[in-house]
Amino acid sequence: MITGEQKPIDEIREMIAPYKRILVLGCASCVAECAAGGEKETAMLASTLRIAAKMKGEDVLIEEKTLDRQCVRDFVILLDDIIEKYDAVLSLGCGAGVQAVAEMFTEVPIIPAINTEFLGETRDQGYWLESCLGCGDCMLHHFGGICPVARCSKQLFNGPCGGAMDGRCEINPDVECAWHLIVDRLTKFGALDRLENIYPPKDWSKKQGGGPRKIVREDQQK
Amino acid sequence: MNNSSKLKRVLEGGGFAVTAECGPPKGANSDVVLKKAEMLRNKVDAVNVTDNQTAIVRMSSIAACSLLKTAGLDPVLQMVVRDRNRIALQSDILGASALGIRNVLCLSGDHHIFGNQPQAMGVFDLDSIQFVQVVKMMRDEGKILGGDDLSQPPDLFIGAAANPFADPFDFRVIRLAKKIRAGADFIQTQCIYNLYRFERWMGMARDMGLTDKAYILGGVTPLKSPGMAKYMKTKVSGMDIPDELIKRMEGVPKDKQREEGINICVETIQRLREVPGIKGVHIMAIEWEEVVGEIAERAGLLPRPVFG
Repeated sequence: MITGEQKPIDEIREMIAPYKRILVLGCASCVAECAAGGEKETAMLASTLRIAAKMKGEDVLIEEKTLDRQCVRDFVILLDDIIEKYDAVLSLGCGAGVQAVAEMFTEVPIIPAINTEFLGETRDQGYWLESCLGCGDCMLHHFGGICPVARCSKQLFNGPCGGAMDGRCEINPDVECAWHLIVDRLTKFGALDRLENIYPPKDWSKKQGGGPRKIVREDQQK
Repeated sequence: MNNSSKLKRVLEGGGFAVTAECGPPKGANSDVVLKKAEMLRNKVDAVNVTDNQTAIVRMSSIAACSLLKTAGLDPVLQMVVRDRNRIALQSDILGASALGIRNVLCLSGDHHIFGNQPQAMGVFDLDSIQFVQVVKMMRDEGKILGGDDLSQPPDLFIGAAANPFADPFDFRVIRLAKKIRAGADFIQTQCIYNLYRFERWMGMARDMGLTDKAYILGGVTPLKSPGMAKYMKTKVSGMDIPDELIKRMEGVPKDKQREEGINICVETIQRLREVPGIKGVHIMAIEWEEVVGEIAERAGLLPRPVFG
């Protein structure tokens, strides 16, 4: 999923300060899973903003709504009937959600309420971990299902570096050394000799270099 | 003047090589580099110049190497993949060779989170092993990545680092083998304090025939104080300092601690000279270059032999 965290309330208050009628817009997909922008968090943020406005004696209308997916036009279009009521939208969607709404409703400013962070997995309750960089050329089968690009601090393809100690990364003992995990995992299924090969430089053109990436599939088009 | 690598001449001539380290200044002053050059002149065969070590911004390694070269020393250009993509790395390799630099040490680099620019974007386009491979291809095949031909290949003696003290231990020698297979002519190791572990690692390297394929130089760093030893043990990842050494440093009066650090360093070098397969030492006296001559002298490494 795409993860994110809500921005500090003061920063949000500053961004919405010029506006009087605000729609707080949640998204029930990824950001709901990471407890940053789902229905519950959207209701809580709207409520917090209403209380803050009231305490400061500001005359502001703050309402909320949560879309199933903010990054999909079929859902964003549902705002068509209500958007005119507002002079700004405070989105709790990821960066893609914010832009999808902005693209469709060009007259209204769309303000991001969360910082979009990474592609990751829910490890435990309240614990999300980055595990994919979306490089466009998956190599997980070489590395025992552990991504050195996303999970090694130095993106080594031929690790581990000289800073790995007791399975921990040199940058922080809280960080697992991805290469230690890779070595352990490949040892378990008797494939450690695979790492004797020198993995060649990666083709980064599949991640960046050609502007925003797009996927066009005619078989999916009407 | 012989414009080839002195380090290479010594190693290929069968000599026991001695290299030292010179950290460039945090400023544009060439005199700092030249002063360090004078401290190291005739004491060592070649001088490594660190590349923004610990991710602190300093004078560029290429510029400082060029200053050393002009002063008549044989510099070893340290290059990290942290700050340059493959375009910049290959370009700097050509530039270094054009400036007469004849040795390069290809490294990953300390992570930028530790330095004074933690907000920087880490590049890591290539890793250190891929970088070794690229330099070798440039030198031996006259080609860059992608296959374009060079009008003139760089002339460089290629080095890589090895840390026998990092984990997982059994994989360390496999990684050494990869670096040598990628094209490393020489290896400089992390500072050795735990000789027992180092000897085990060297044994594994010998069993794999690696000591015949590349020249391995053991790294040493004289300790200045027990505090420095403890700091390195607990705060510097990939360092292995046995408690006995810390106790030994603590056991001497404060005004004798530096001397004791030098004693330990000299003893370590003497032990290393007995380890089969070791072809030299790399003395990393961090911001303490003035003691390199004394260490080399007391370890019986002076005068430096002349080869070629």
